[in-house]
Amino acid sequence: MTAALALENITCTFVSREDRASRYTAVKDTSLKVAPGEFVSVVGPTGCGKSTLLNVAAGLLEPSAGAVRVFGEPLAGVNSRAGYLFQSDALMPWRNALDNVAAGLEFRGLPIEEARARGNDWLKRVGLAGFGDRYPHQLSGGMKKRVALAQTLILDPEILLMDEPFSALDVQTRQLMENELLELWSANRKSVVFITHDLEEAIALSDRVVVLSAGPETRPIGEYRIDLARPRDVSEIRLVPRFLELHAEIWHAMKAEVLKGYAQQQRQ
Amino acid sequence: MRSSSGSSTLRIWQLALLAGLFVLWHVGTSPTLLPPLYFDDPNRAAFFFGEPLKVLHRIWDWFAGGDIYRHLWITLLETMLAFVIGTVLGLGVGLWLALSPMASALLDPYIKALNSMPRVILAPIFAVWFGLGVASKVALGVTLVFFIVFFNVYQGVREVSPVVLANAKMLGASRRQLLRYVFIPSAMSWVFASLHNSVGLAFVGAVVGEYLGSSQGVGYLILQAEGVFDINTVFAGILVLTAFALVLDWTVTLAERRLMVWQPRSGETEKI
Repeated sequence: MTAALALENITCTFVSREDRASRYTAVKDTSLKVAPGEFVSVVGPTGCGKSTLLNVAAGLLEPSAGAVRVFGEPLAGVNSRAGYLFQSDALMPWRNALDNVAAGLEFRGLPIEEARARGNDWLKRVGLAGFGDRYPHQLSGGMKKRVALAQTLILDPEILLMDEPFSALDVQTRQLMENELLELWSANRKSVVFITHDLEEAIALSDRVVVLSAGPETRPIGEYRIDLARPRDVSEIRLVPRFLELHAEIWHAMKAEVLKGYAQQQRQ
Repeated sequence: MRSSSGSSTLRIWQLALLAGLFVLWHVGTSPTLLPPLYFDDPNRAAFFFGEPLKVLHRIWDWFAGGDIYRHLWITLLETMLAFVIGTVLGLGVGLWLALSPMASALLDPYIKALNSMPRVILAPIFAVWFGLGVASKVALGVTLVFFIVFFNVYQGVREVSPVVLANAKMLGASRRQLLRYVFIPSAMSWVFASLHNSVGLAFVGAVVGEYLGSSQGVGYLILQAEGVFDINTVFAGILVLTAFALVLDWTVTLAERRLMVWQPRSGETEKI
């Protein structure tokens, strides 16, 4: 079967604008394949180039070397078959919640009434019925994430790229959002690349967890299949013995890298 | 309740201060109330500073007699035209330069030079080019408004959050759609933030233009009165202009409230 998303030997080297000689290789020779309908989490210590990898998959960043294939076809420009959920606020502050959700359909040339009707439908699905006329600054962090989720899912992307989407939320809201994400995902299985630095979140959500080394020159150092039964409840699954086993196993592999990453940050 | 009664008390104090200033003005300039403090001639103070009663009387005459409306209308027309044309030009050029790095790099020194030039000095040139009518005042106002709007638009486009931009791209926005749905709204928020400034400067352009040579407008009235040392009329003109500027500013505040609903206001805590 063709992979939904294949990153092939991706290397990303950034050159400083002021000093052409100063280079920073964020990602080195990294390959990652995601099957259709598969939920893959990528974990790694902070500052290890996880977001760089995701931006490459989204087509927002061109890699220095390597290729990206989307359902077998080489990617050129923005990845139109993928939706991207950003870590920080990405809603247009001058549009209300409904118009934010409907924006993608509007860009595709749908009449505004139809786009709004479907937007309302999606607001209902993420539990925000009646909040359509609110502007982003009037919404709480969790509600903004829901709007962003609806904004992305309304376009029915085949691939979902998520960059630590829930990292800014409090623990309770976060678990609610994780459960909602799983529910939406299981209703309509898309390929998901979920970036996080939270190992528990990664195990609770995914089919497969990929561990990255500390940066610079990040590369994958391990891959773990998560054989926990679905449907899962993220707050309960953390108590299952198999979860603890997997957690211990992956943490053991990650620990050295996390310490390395921490030491590098201390040095800076 | 407390805050509303507090604000009305504040209003009363503000009015009292205004009345106090007028009384001080009256007492200081009246030839008969006080013995001359500084000037030898008791009428000298009134000659230099005018007399508030006569000033108010002059204003009353203007409005009751209907003389002033034509002049106010001309000044308002010049202000509005300068504001609209300056804003449209500033918006267009700002967007163009912000989105095309080549043009911006090429024109950068010229923009800086034009902006740092004291542009009021162009008024006589505009009078030669466009005559003594409305057009030369509008031209002066435009040069003042343009740069305010231009720099704000430029900044607004440059400061578009890269995440919002990337998100719009991922949602499938074309270049044209990015301009319409991301860059322009973002730039407009900066333009609105400078609305008070640009309307104020359009007004300054109109009045200064009139003052330097015209046949109608409030600036013209002041110029005429000054020519015959009618200091009371000069002060009356200044007071009318000030009141008018306050009304303009208040209109801008109303417009701003309508147009900027999406921006958080300080003190707003409603979050449901």
